[in-house]
Amino acid sequence: MIHPDAYSSLGELLYDALLTYKSETAFVEYNRKREARRLSYLEAKREIDRLARAMQELGVCAGERVAIVMSNQPNWLLSATAAFVRGAVLVPIDYKLKGDEQRALLAHAKPRLLVTEYGEWRKMEQQAEATHVWVTDAPEGADLGAAVRFESLPREVEPGEHIARARSDQATLVYSSGTGGDPKGCVLTHENYLAQFRMLSDIFPMEVGDRYFSILPTNHAIDFMVGFVGPFAGGATVVHQRALRPEMVNHTLRKAGITHMAVVPLLLEAFERRIREKQDEAGPMAKRLFDALVNLNVRATLDKPRHRLSRSLLKPVHDAFGGTLKMLFCGGAFVDPARARFFYDLGIPVVIGYGLTEACTVLTVNDLAPFRADSVGRPLEGVELEIRTADDESGIGEVWAKSPTVFDGYLGDPAQTAEVLHDGWLKTGDLGWLDPSGHLHLVGRSKNMIVTPGGKNIYPEDIEGAFDGLPCEELAIFATGYVWPGVALTDEGLFAVVQGAERDLKAKLEQRNKRLPDFKRVTGILSWDDEFPRTASMKVKRAVLAGELREKASLDSIVRL
Amino acid sequence: MTAAQNLVPRLLELAARRFDQDTSGLAPEDDLFEKLGIDSYQAMELLTDLEEEFEVEIPDYEIQGVNTFGGLAEVISRRL
Repeated sequence: MIHPDAYSSLGELLYDALLTYKSETAFVEYNRKREARRLSYLEAKREIDRLARAMQELGVCAGERVAIVMSNQPNWLLSATAAFVRGAVLVPIDYKLKGDEQRALLAHAKPRLLVTEYGEWRKMEQQAEATHVWVTDAPEGADLGAAVRFESLPREVEPGEHIARARSDQATLVYSSGTGGDPKGCVLTHENYLAQFRMLSDIFPMEVGDRYFSILPTNHAIDFMVGFVGPFAGGATVVHQRALRPEMVNHTLRKAGITHMAVVPLLLEAFERRIREKQDEAGPMAKRLFDALVNLNVRATLDKPRHRLSRSLLKPVHDAFGGTLKMLFCGGAFVDPARARFFYDLGIPVVIGYGLTEACTVLTVNDLAPFRADSVGRPLEGVELEIRTADDESGIGEVWAKSPTVFDGYLGDPAQTAEVLHDGWLKTGDLGWLDPSGHLHLVGRSKNMIVTPGGKNIYPEDIEGAFDGLPCEELAIFATGYVWPGVALTDEGLFAVVQGAERDLKAKLEQRNKRLPDFKRVTGILSWDDEFPRTASMKVKRAVLAGELREKASLDSIVRL
Repeated sequence: MTAAQNLVPRLLELAARRFDQDTSGLAPEDDLFEKLGIDSYQAMELLTDLEEEFEVEIPDYEIQGVNTFGGLAEVISRRL
């Protein structure tokens, strides 16, 4: 594996990987069930060389910005590497945002070059504040306006010239998934990324022969780190599927021999459902045998994971994931400990971590030695955590972090920066506590915290966790006073917003509700038709959802329990 | 009849089969999410069936904002 300490920038490290692993496979891209593209590291280098040249012709150089708005595909990583080679600042923008939201971020970033794909470019109505635009995947004859077709960029050209960067120079401008308001562009340096990578590679090294399935948006910090920097540095293969549909994802998992994958909790839930359905279909005898094998596996993996043993014990489950899966990374939202446990017991460790854009990728991670499902792990080496203004009784307070991965600040916004950065410490806005073994436990976002009339602190995420698995598509907890402030209430309380509820939801929710302490109980249910607004990492955008509720529903819409 | 209209009966039949419903209850102007009681995840599964049936590839972005059977038929007919 390439060691990050030897490099002063991401561009240098990534480019060195292309030379080090020449004959290894860098990319396999599937389009539905067909392999559409395969590139060795040497072939990837040729692509990057010519893209860097084309960028050079457009004046992309140190300090200039290159934005990418694109679903996961090799062209994303090739363009990003070329931008780094040119010393540019990469601006990864969420392809799941609406066209006008993407345009707003581009207007803020003002990139010299925007690299996007046809579907996204159409979504932006072929307009964006970028000096130049490249568009991939456009159908033949499509009118691209002033944009240039990516596929027609010159092929036989001299490699673009490399521009060196120092560790303290800016590497990326990443927009954090803030809820409304002005765009918050986080300035992350090469040092942030290289330090983060070193911390992670010590625990989860990727190597030649490993195959990472990239399905979380690459603009997201987790996929960027474990699905781009990690595989490159280890000579592993990045696998993409252009049609991200359940059947195609399953097919790729089996076909490509995936070893690593990052998922959001929702997908983990879908996987669990599938495994449980299969078990139910198999009948009681088979289930008993299966349970016995799971028990054996649990005993054998108490201290650490043992992939080969688990795979032979529980072959059918592992085969459903392709038979080669070593671990799943899970992040972006709260992970149900029972679910993480379920997978670990089957021999598929789920790595849970905690991080935020302002601190690059992760601050803490579960190092699997031994596996702990109940926490978000211990601080990585080089990360210091403090719990400030902790409650005497519970030990819960605000999480502050000091780490070489902490960002430089928000672009052009010293006031917001001063709010979160104090003497090198980052105020995360998350609430949690540290247990005696140094594991961090999160309870919620400080801004989501609800203080009851009785003075108790409640975290909606905590209550949502208690309702996990109920028969509905989505569920979120709100305080009535938050959604409809100022409305005179005689019985202000918590209520559950549910989308896609099945008939027995109410009864089941009431059952669980009774088990909660008084002050955590919900007093009503509001049925909602629309899917919840979510961030790239699938976290519910609470403020946005509250706004929709305020607009389209009223207190009377709540069915009292 | 337009090319898209010609596709509708086959499309309804496929949708009915996948989600275990009766075609007679489905009409081109119906909201497919509402009528079939499906979410966007399941709509993607239907899209995969349609691609196989009509031997076309429809990029996911093509069906953004499409919510009727007729609209879906329109998207497919453009790719035939």
